[in-house]
Amino acid sequence: MSTHRAHPDGSGPAEALRIAGLEKSFGPNLVLNGIDLAVASHEVICLIGASGSGKSTLLRCVNLLEPISAGRIMLWGQDITAPGVDQNQVRRHVGIVFQSFNLFPHMTVLHNITLAPVKALRTPRRQAEDEARALLSRFGLLDKQADYPDRLSGGQQQRVAIVRALAMHPQLMLLDEVTSALDPELVAEVLDVIRELASGGMTMLIATHEMGFARDIANRVCFLADGQIAEDAPPAELFSHPKDERTQRFLRRIIDAGRL
Amino acid sequence: MDDTEPPVFTSPGVPQTSFGAAGRGPRLLSGSGRGAVAVSTASTIVVLAALAALFWLAPGSAAVRHTFFNPQDMWHSFIGDPRAGYYSVGAALWLNIRMFLAAEVLILILALVVAVVRQSVSPVMFPLRIVSTIYVDVFRGVPLILVIFAIGFGVPALNLGFVSTQSAAVYGVVALVLSYSAYVSEVYRAGLNSVHQSQVAAARSLGLSQWTSLRFVILPQAVRNIIPPLLNDFISLQKDTALVGILGAIEANKAAEIYSDTVFNYSSYVVAAILFLLLTIPLARFTDHLIARDRRRRLAGSPA
Repeated sequence: MSTHRAHPDGSGPAEALRIAGLEKSFGPNLVLNGIDLAVASHEVICLIGASGSGKSTLLRCVNLLEPISAGRIMLWGQDITAPGVDQNQVRRHVGIVFQSFNLFPHMTVLHNITLAPVKALRTPRRQAEDEARALLSRFGLLDKQADYPDRLSGGQQQRVAIVRALAMHPQLMLLDEVTSALDPELVAEVLDVIRELASGGMTMLIATHEMGFARDIANRVCFLADGQIAEDAPPAELFSHPKDERTQRFLRRIIDAGRL
Repeated sequence: MDDTEPPVFTSPGVPQTSFGAAGRGPRLLSGSGRGAVAVSTASTIVVLAALAALFWLAPGSAAVRHTFFNPQDMWHSFIGDPRAGYYSVGAALWLNIRMFLAAEVLILILALVVAVVRQSVSPVMFPLRIVSTIYVDVFRGVPLILVIFAIGFGVPALNLGFVSTQSAAVYGVVALVLSYSAYVSEVYRAGLNSVHQSQVAAARSLGLSQWTSLRFVILPQAVRNIIPPLLNDFISLQKDTALVGILGAIEANKAAEIYSDTVFNYSSYVVAAILFLLLTIPLARFTDHLIARDRRRRLAGSPA
């Protein structure tokens, strides 16, 4: 649904997300080393960087799927990393879509989408199904509602995964390399869905390897290196005149590989 | 074999073990076409005939046939004769079936609880985790027959009123449940582990609680993966109900024992054996069927 509610507390501050001094280590391995990032409502931020630079970890921290080691994450002014925060409540406002779709293989497409609204939000089943069908038809998937995920192409599965996240009416969407596991000819259909979300005003944090897409859609592009945001700039600036030496090297490699 | 077949790398005369054509599970009869069926039929007949000949020609054959395979004794023990002092082995099997069905349901529940507790990560659950780990270690390690003795003779000796005045069959079921739940909980645990962590992440990311994720996302997939090993344990459980006879419950094996003690002929045991076979073989074939179906589904259902 493209109705963009303000934050539940009604005030609707312009700042959707603020990450301050975020650190995350896996054992001795420091993956995020002081991330600072602010995202305004309706803003689309693309995270780029080499594999292993911490893009996915950053997204998983925002969804509280990974406990953080230090720092704070604020959603609409509320510290979601403070003790006593109801993680389930936070996650209901933050949708995440994974590289590997992660649909539930034992449920139909419709059931995949309605499970969380029915079980977590206590939406009546009929209403949840009607909403799910509306979302499916918006993304051209209505005829797949009774199919099991393994009957769908990768592109269709990923679109269903996006619909599943949208069914919770999230105010922030996190997309974790959602096209990386797709065959090249299926990438476009998924990117189109994301473009539509962006034009509807959805606030998004997108980890991606699709540089052309990032240049088109992002308000700002953040380049991650060494566990930090090495450069944060509008796409035109970052792709044409990268300032940080690591960004320059990364983009040169991308260009050499013919990916930009 | 026609000439379009791929080369065969076994020396002639060595029978090829085949696990069926692509997409099929293991089958008893497999190979290509009528030729293979003829060969397997012939070899089966030869082997059985050889075994029968050996049995028939053995010096003690007549005595064994009289004591173990006497048709008259087999029939008498099957239908039973209370006036002569022995029970029907056939009727006694009904107790085995009832014990099996009761134990099965309770095992499915208790084993699941134990498995979920052992898989939990919350610090609050720590004491329960310890208890369930000790439980599994103990009951997997102690022979079932000793558990049956301990429950069947120990609990009545406690003089605990209602608890101590149950029938032997009830204590037998309790012992079976305690022993088998320890094994089955490990099967459940393997099933829970077989569901990829990304499914947990997907469920939790939608704001589902830990319990809801387990109940609707993880468990259904886990159980699907463990149906064959689960049924395997139940085949074993079906025949282990015979051990409850040591407490005096008149199940099939006990009835056979009483017959042989009364008439001094062991044919009743053969009757009991045949009855247990009739009970377990359908479940075994059903398990094979499920494994084959699952295999087909997996091969057909690979992502497009």
